[in-house]
Amino acid sequence: MIAVWKRELQSYFMTPIGYVFVGFFLLVSGILFTFNNLMSGSGDVAAMLSSFTMIPIFLAPILTMRLFSEERKNKSEQLLLTSPLSLTSIVIGKFLSALTVWLLTLIGTFLYVLIIGSYGRLYWGEIISSYIGFFLMGGCFIAVGTLISAVTENQVSAAVISIGINFFIWVIDSVIYVVPVAFVSTVLQWFSLYERYDPFARSQLGFSGILYFLSFMTAFLFLTVRVIDKRRWSEG
Amino acid sequence: MIEIQGLSKRYGNKYAIQNVTFTIQKGEILGFLGRNGAGKTTTMNIVTGYISASEGRVLLDGHDILEEPRVVKRRIGYLPEQPPLYMDMTVDEYLKFACAIKEVKPGAVKAHLNDVCELVKIQDVRKRLIKNLSKGYKQRVGLAQALIGNPEMIILDEPTVGLDPRQILEIRSLIKRLGQDHTVVLSSHILTEVADVCERVVIINKGKIVAQDKLGSLTSDVGDTFRITLRVAGQENEIKRTLRSLEGARYVDSLGVKEDGSYDFMVETDRSMDIRRPLFNTLAKAGLPILMLRPADITLEDIFLKLTGDSEEA
Repeated sequence: MIAVWKRELQSYFMTPIGYVFVGFFLLVSGILFTFNNLMSGSGDVAAMLSSFTMIPIFLAPILTMRLFSEERKNKSEQLLLTSPLSLTSIVIGKFLSALTVWLLTLIGTFLYVLIIGSYGRLYWGEIISSYIGFFLMGGCFIAVGTLISAVTENQVSAAVISIGINFFIWVIDSVIYVVPVAFVSTVLQWFSLYERYDPFARSQLGFSGILYFLSFMTAFLFLTVRVIDKRRWSEG
Repeated sequence: MIEIQGLSKRYGNKYAIQNVTFTIQKGEILGFLGRNGAGKTTTMNIVTGYISASEGRVLLDGHDILEEPRVVKRRIGYLPEQPPLYMDMTVDEYLKFACAIKEVKPGAVKAHLNDVCELVKIQDVRKRLIKNLSKGYKQRVGLAQALIGNPEMIILDEPTVGLDPRQILEIRSLIKRLGQDHTVVLSSHILTEVADVCERVVIINKGKIVAQDKLGSLTSDVGDTFRITLRVAGQENEIKRTLRSLEGARYVDSLGVKEDGSYDFMVETDRSMDIRRPLFNTLAKAGLPILMLRPADITLEDIFLKLTGDSEEA
């Protein structure tokens, strides 16, 4: 698992993908930071991070689109699948590599916190809670992308489908209130990442929220393992 | 020893392979022959655990690949038809990665890599990115990957496809060398390649095993025919007439012009008789100089014709 993690992480920075992800994230978040914090003189870090939450919807698929689809296309997955590694450790290793890039990117945004800190007071409880929530929510988008990458053989399709699903997750909160069937709106609520993120932004770092995000990721990674395993048995 | 028992793989209603059964003995170099699409790769993919069979099982010294995948996979090195390379890595990085996933002890990696790279002759490209290597080198890096972890069994699927003649010869001699310490399965559609390196052959056609035997026994089955090709200077009709007049020439076929002023022919005779001398004398007497004469190889198609009786396939 560690070998796969290392290889993927290296690959992110040997190819433009890692730089594109980090660069675009910091560019867009920098623009938002400039308008929402610098120009309006706001020192609210939680609000700053909340304004960033829509960015991973569009950018997380960049990290995940090639994880499995490319390996499948150029057959390098044969090396992994015929090695003694278990499928679960391959999937987790790849997921963790994307998660590491995401973590590094978030560390990059700490610069904004330092800038705010040099002009005003920082509320560390709120900052840490918001960052943990944001990191976990991004992890969920990465887990979704990992699954989609295992389903498709084409990077572009993987990215587009992942963006579609992430976008749907983003608008779920608005959809829930217009769905007349109670059961459907309850099911949809299960997938509402933003509703789970809200308490983190209000410095309510709760066990249930963390557990929800971790379960969400685990479920999607489990599905990824099942999808790849099923393909090996496929008779279609 | 690998026992392949009643292996079948179904795609929809069609069988890619059906009831494939054979054994690979420890220490042998086994040729796995078949035309493109015959089911070679499917079989190899199942044996290495890349895909699963619909029916049947694969046992390595009694260990089932489905029940104990780690035990079996650790003992098999696989070079698929398209080497599973990461183009964005250098050769060294790639092979170190292969060492890590194949559970080579960290302390032994350096020496092991040196041995493997020396064996497949890639010492001089170890620091280069794989994407910048020639096809021959890529193939060797793929082969090096299969050797990582020193597996008992090495499975090579069409290892010489797309290589130039010199590279083909190098890979073949390497396979022979590997056969001294490993059990090797060479899957190929080129009979001469298999004849060159393998001791025993399994032939698959349309997903079914049609023959398995020592190579010598197989070719002697087809061997009631002896073929020679020759190039003769002169008029086509005259040469053909002269060749047909030869005693023992069962079949004469014109192969066209390969060199100005001459024609190529294929002559078939009974294996029991060598017509080269009478052929030379007759053509010399007729004033038709032989520019080239050589026995024609028995091709995979010949064996297939004999074994499957399917003339349209050949």
